[in-house]
Amino acid sequence: MIDFEYEAPTTLENAAELLASHAGKTAILAGGTDILVQLREGHRSAELVVDVKNIPDLNTLTWSPETGLTLGASVACVRIFADPDVQQAYPAIIDSAQIIGGWQIQSRASIGGNLCNASPAADTIPGLMVHQAECVIHGSGGARTIPVEDMCTGPGQNALQDGELLVELKLPAPAINSSSAYERFIPRNEMDIAVAGAASWVELDDDKTHIVAARIALGAVAPTPVAAQAAAEWLVGKPAVEDSFAQAGELAKQVASPISDMRGTEQYRVHLASVLTKRTLQRAAERAAS
Amino acid sequence: MANKRLVTTTINGEVFDFLCRPQQSLLEILRDELRLTGAKEGCNNGNCGACTVLLNGAPVNSCLVLAVEVDGAELETVEGIACSGELHPVQQCFLEGAALQCGICTPGFLVAAKALLDENPAATEQEIRFKLAGNLCRCTGYDKIVRAIQAAGAEMQTATS
Repeated sequence: MIDFEYEAPTTLENAAELLASHAGKTAILAGGTDILVQLREGHRSAELVVDVKNIPDLNTLTWSPETGLTLGASVACVRIFADPDVQQAYPAIIDSAQIIGGWQIQSRASIGGNLCNASPAADTIPGLMVHQAECVIHGSGGARTIPVEDMCTGPGQNALQDGELLVELKLPAPAINSSSAYERFIPRNEMDIAVAGAASWVELDDDKTHIVAARIALGAVAPTPVAAQAAAEWLVGKPAVEDSFAQAGELAKQVASPISDMRGTEQYRVHLASVLTKRTLQRAAERAAS
Repeated sequence: MANKRLVTTTINGEVFDFLCRPQQSLLEILRDELRLTGAKEGCNNGNCGACTVLLNGAPVNSCLVLAVEVDGAELETVEGIACSGELHPVQQCFLEGAALQCGICTPGFLVAAKALLDENPAATEQEIRFKLAGNLCRCTGYDKIVRAIQAAGAEMQTATS
C-alpha cells in the first residue's frame, strides 16, 4: 500500500482542520471496506487518512416519531439492521444494509461510507432516496445540508468539497400506512454487486386499497442512483394491485440509462429496473398494509 | 515515509504493544510482527474471510483494518479459541467432520463460526450459510463446514443445558 499519514480526530472541528490542511490529498476512513482497497490497489491516493469514526457526532443513531432518524455517517451496518426502530420505520434501509458484503464487512461498513463512495450500484442509496434522507455536511466554513440525491455527482464522485465530511443522515419519520422495500438482482445468493437495484416507498389510504403517494429510486442503471419520479407520480390514486405496480415498473425503466458490462447488458438492466420496481412496490405495499 | 506509531491492544486476553506504519494492515502486523500466523492472507481485499478476527467482539477482515486503528481495542484470533489446551467444540467438530482440505480458509471459518455460535448456538443451516457468506472455501464445498458448525452448536447447547 502507498505510504500515508493517519489521524483519528475526536471532534468535527479538528477533522475539518485536518482535511483542509491537506486539501485534495486526503481520504476519509470510517469502516474502510472500500477506501482501504482503493488505496491499496492504487485507485485512489492520499497523503493523509483521516479516521472519522471516533467523532461522537458520526456515531449517533437516534429515532423519534417527531424528528425521524438521525444516523451518524460511520455507524456500521450491523448496528443499523439490529435496531428495532429502523426495522419498523425504514425497511428499505434494513433490506440494503443486510446484503452489503458478508458479516465481516457489515461489522465495519457504514451507510455514510456507502453513500460517499458513490458507486452507481451502492445498495443503500436508493433506500435513502425514497426515505428522503438529507446529508449533514461539516467543513471549516460551517455546516450545510443537501438532499441525498445531490450527494452522488458521478461514479465514485461525491458533492463533498475539500475540507468537508459527511456527519450524519437525517431521515424524516415516515407517514402512517406507509412502508418501503429494496431489492437488487445478483446472479449469486450473497456477496455480489448489484446488476440492478430498486427501492420503493408507498403510502396507502386508510382502507389500504389505494396509493396516496409513492417514491421509487433505481441503482446500477445510470452513472448515479436515480429517482423514477414520473412513475411514482403516476401511481398516486391508483389501486394498490399488481397491475398498477407492473405499469409503474414500465414507466420507471424509462429513467434507466445503463451501461453494458460483465454484470449485464444495457437491455437486461433496463428490464431488471422494471421488474425490481414492480417487486419492491408490491413488497412495500404489503408491508404498509400489514 | 510516515513515522511508526505505538499501538497497545489486547489479543486473546494478553496485552501487546507494537510499532506500525499507518498503512500497515492488522493482518500484516499479526502475522509478520506478532507471529500470530493463524489468520491467513487469501485475497487481501475483503472478499475471502481467511483473515477473520474478532475486533471488540465483532468479526472483521483483518486485511481491511489498519493496525493503527486497533489501539485500545480487544482482539480475538484463532489462536485464542482453544481454552487451556482443550479444543473448542467448533475446532473439534471441524476435525471430526473432516470439514477442511487445504486448510487455508479454516482459521477464518473457525473465528466466524465461534462468533455465530456464541450469539446463537441453535443457528439453522440457512443462518449459518448466510452469516458465513463472507468466508470462502475452494476445496470442501461448504456442506461439511456447515454440518460441523451445526454439530458444534448442538454440543455447546448440551454443555450449557
